[in-house]
Amino acid sequence: MSKVNLNVKIGNLTLRNPIMLASGTVGYGNEISEFIDLKKIGAIVTKSISLKPRKGNKPQRIMETAAGMLNAIGLANVGIEKFIKEKIPFLKKHDVPIICNIAASTIEEYVECVSMLEHEDGIHAFEINVSCPNVKEGGLQFGNDIKMVGKITEKVRANTTKPIIIKLSPNVSYISDFAQAAKKEGADAVSAINTLVGTAFNIKTRKPKLYNITGGLSGPAIKPIALAKVFEIHRKVDIPIIGIGGIMNWQDAVEFMIAGSSAVQLGTVNFIDPTAAEKVLKGLTDYCNENNIEQVSSITGSYQLD
Amino acid sequence: MNIAENQIDEIIELEYNIHLFKVISPEIARKINPGEFLNIRISELAIPLFRRPFSVCDVEDDCYYLMFSTMGTGTKLLASKKPGDFIDVLGPLGNGFNIVDDFDRAIIIGGGLGVAPFPYLTRQLKGKKEIISFIGGRTKNDVITYGLENISVATEDGSLGFKGNVIELLEKELDKTDNIKSKIFACGPTSMLKALKILAEQNNIDCEISTECTMACGFGICQGCPIQSSADEDKYLLVCKDGPVFNSKEIIL
Repeated sequence: MSKVNLNVKIGNLTLRNPIMLASGTVGYGNEISEFIDLKKIGAIVTKSISLKPRKGNKPQRIMETAAGMLNAIGLANVGIEKFIKEKIPFLKKHDVPIICNIAASTIEEYVECVSMLEHEDGIHAFEINVSCPNVKEGGLQFGNDIKMVGKITEKVRANTTKPIIIKLSPNVSYISDFAQAAKKEGADAVSAINTLVGTAFNIKTRKPKLYNITGGLSGPAIKPIALAKVFEIHRKVDIPIIGIGGIMNWQDAVEFMIAGSSAVQLGTVNFIDPTAAEKVLKGLTDYCNENNIEQVSSITGSYQLD
Repeated sequence: MNIAENQIDEIIELEYNIHLFKVISPEIARKINPGEFLNIRISELAIPLFRRPFSVCDVEDDCYYLMFSTMGTGTKLLASKKPGDFIDVLGPLGNGFNIVDDFDRAIIIGGGLGVAPFPYLTRQLKGKKEIISFIGGRTKNDVITYGLENISVATEDGSLGFKGNVIELLEKELDKTDNIKSKIFACGPTSMLKALKILAEQNNIDCEISTECTMACGFGICQGCPIQSSADEDKYLLVCKDGPVFNSKEIIL
């Protein structure tokens, strides 16, 4: 029998356990619900939603790299109206906390999205995507600009009472400065990291392999970088961190929590094993029970430095 | 849609480095239709990371067959498996060929390893419809005729059959056709499918094509395999979920 208390508190958001499904890796939950019981998952972070539907980039959108993948989907999504009408009711039926990821190309658009969703009771928090590397406007342009990250956080904060999570880009010199800016303007938490900018060329044609030329690198290849970024934020800024980056199994999840994460998100692994979240949760629970850990939250930031 | 460990019953080596795996799974054998595919995790390691999609080649009793050639890391690793080994299989996935339509003659067109789904289609149509198969390759070493019927071959270098590509061969043969209601089923390189789409539509022949695209998940969550819808300029369909088989009129190649 499980004795461990798996609840985690992320700012004003309490989750039944720290295992979340990352934005852009589970759509709006429909397909993955055929493989896992969403009732068991800490939270689902939706595919980025924008004010208007987005078609996304032309193919080729993805490719495999050594222990990773490059993607340049380009925020393909159904748009906020269809999301409210069709996707929220489905997720509400599954009794899983919904964290709505929002992408926009102007501050006004972020505010408008948040305002439209403010009274949707199925939505437990917002994850603000200021770091998508694959769109021309917004995206990384924002994620690299510390003043802009602060400004977006401030304006979103002024327009919602729901918890705000800022999803940070690793494509910066000091991610902790960005976490600090988010904290200062009222963010409840940060998620780290979004994908790293990467590319690949075909040596025969000498053309880029992705239509978008660059894409975001994810998967096990980026795990050490993600851990270092989480650790940096944890050492320098007092803000809850949701760790993301190449988690494939429960051991990886524990490692992210030790490095400073209050919760973790599974991303690329969902494409390979859509049942991974349940396995990670079981592994984490067993680890706690075997090590007499009563509160899973006690693992957060428990690194031992000499 | 299910994930399971399936055991390899038998490995058959065909000519020219083509492998045929006979795999035991009553569940998949019962459910899968010609043109649908399976997404296989070849290793638990991080390289190769993604599953690899394979269309089901044939079904016999409680077993299904996979046909592949060794192309890269994934297929090389798969080729090293032995009878008795297990493979991690996600599927059946996608939409296969529509064979309940009103047609009397099936024209099967395969380019290279694109023939993979057609032994199963042939098995299902045999005795019910007339079947003609047009198989193409760059050279005779690329021509795979396993499990097919009534075959005409085209090779680009002329080393076997008609000299030229398989669509040129089809065009030549089509001139002779009668009034039998035909339907085309095709799978192969995109350049072949493009030429076929034009030819089929010019001649007003119903045509289904199995498309290919780099995939990660295989069931619609990664959005990695878009294909342009011809009905709606603002819409991409997904090869994995809406396809891989489309009516040629549904998509723009």
